[in-house]
Amino acid sequence: MTALTVERVWKEYGDQIVLENISLEVAPRAFVALVGPSGCGKTTFLRMLLGQEQPTRGRILLDGAPLPPEPGPDRGVVYQRYSVFPHLTVLGNVMFGPELRAGRSLGRTFGATRRRIEDEARAMIAEVGLAGAEAKYPAQLSGGMQQRLALAQALMMKPRVLLLDEPFGALDPGIRADIHVLMKRLWNEVPMTVVMVTHDLREAFSLATRVIAFERTRNRPEELERYGATITKDIALWPPRVAGQRTMFEVDTLPGRDDPALFAGESGTAR
Amino acid sequence: MRWINRRPSRGATLALQCLPFALLIIAYLIGSAIRLEANPNDKLLPSLATLADTVNRMAFQPDPRTGDYLLWSDTAASLWRLFAGLGISTVLALVVGLLIGLLPLMRATLAPFVAFVSMVPPLALLPILFIVMGLGEASKIALIVIGVAPILIRDLSLSALALPREQIVKAETLSASTWLIGLRVVLPQVLPRLLTSLRLQLGPAFLFLIAAEAISAESGLGYRIFLVRRYLSMDVIFPYVAWITLLAVVGDRLIDLLRRRAFPWSELEGAR
Repeated sequence: MTALTVERVWKEYGDQIVLENISLEVAPRAFVALVGPSGCGKTTFLRMLLGQEQPTRGRILLDGAPLPPEPGPDRGVVYQRYSVFPHLTVLGNVMFGPELRAGRSLGRTFGATRRRIEDEARAMIAEVGLAGAEAKYPAQLSGGMQQRLALAQALMMKPRVLLLDEPFGALDPGIRADIHVLMKRLWNEVPMTVVMVTHDLREAFSLATRVIAFERTRNRPEELERYGATITKDIALWPPRVAGQRTMFEVDTLPGRDDPALFAGESGTAR
Repeated sequence: MRWINRRPSRGATLALQCLPFALLIIAYLIGSAIRLEANPNDKLLPSLATLADTVNRMAFQPDPRTGDYLLWSDTAASLWRLFAGLGISTVLALVVGLLIGLLPLMRATLAPFVAFVSMVPPLALLPILFIVMGLGEASKIALIVIGVAPILIRDLSLSALALPREQIVKAETLSASTWLIGLRVVLPQVLPRLLTSLRLQLGPAFLFLIAAEAISAESGLGYRIFLVRRYLSMDVIFPYVAWITLLAVVGDRLIDLLRRRAFPWSELEGAR
């Protein structure tokens, strides 16, 4: 049983080969980090998983069925920017997905349905640590809070696969550490498979169960156009991380972890 | 301190804002006084007393021939045409602009056509409109629509296209259909921009209105100006021009107020 199967996928734009011969099997509930140098096709690969772009050759299966050719609610996404809607409040953003799904003609819901969605949304907002900010617009939130909002918005749809495109790349290191803790907790609690594109190796190894490196194997100028990037490394983390279970090295996240000294002792572990 | 760093206080700002207006009025008064001294019957720059007299006659006394209060009946006629023209243009812009901005198929079909039509000089079409639609209200409203709608459509479709692609994809992952993306993602985000471009089109709309009224009408602000031009009645023309300008300024402010009230998020920094 695999959540995602990628079979001999190639991606070409005209004469330019971007990705060549990518084959991959991703287990359900895995957390895969895609790393690699800029321009090696990580984001293109993520877009193909999302359905925003189609492979030139090969195919991608989700739970054994071919991926539909356009994005849908079974695959959630969080981008580095533009993930949330600037014209909706925090509550409106989190309620947006369920409201669109329930109200097919107006995209709005009323009465009991609306109250149920609102209760779920408020719980989700509290879950990601945004309680109290329900009435604010995204432009009034900090970058870290906007990404928490984007996660909450995506998770409301209970996607089978959550795709993250450098979601924490623009955040300060401190904020990033906080949101890593949240991301890890969400991955443990929500039944989903995560694929994350990042250029931060530390982030990749501290969150993922498996780190996959994309790289061009041929880099001479005359080869650049005709040879794309492919998978050069596929590293399973050890000790293995399993969603919902602790590894032998892991301890509970300390409450009130604002004090960096509390955390200092843990650097160098697999966290 | 460098000039670039000098900022006026609030009182000074107000005074500076009033200054050009005051200078204009003073220049007029001086010019008027000089001309009237040379020739008391001069009609080009009437005195304040004559102007006040005329405003009183136009606005507060019924016209002996028709019994109308001319300034108000002219204003009503012109504003009705203006609202009708801008209203139709806005609806057209919303429908066509969103279709072009949202659907690649409609973009391929309509975008070049709209770009082409928007380059037709509207005033050159005025004779055709008068011939086809007659001299009534329809041709005047049509002129405003032809002049304003293509610009609004293009502006709206451009601002719909300028929305980050990520937002559209994100909405798709939240189960939105094409219709719901248009209704709940794109429409609310382009409405503030539509109001702003409507503000910018108020000037052209008045231009087309007055041009149409000047050629053929039975009432209206532009009609009156061009009617009394024959008698060199500057005492009517000046107040009418000031009144038209005031109407345009008030309209501009009202639309902006509406935008800020209805779309508070569009004022926030960072929200596009």
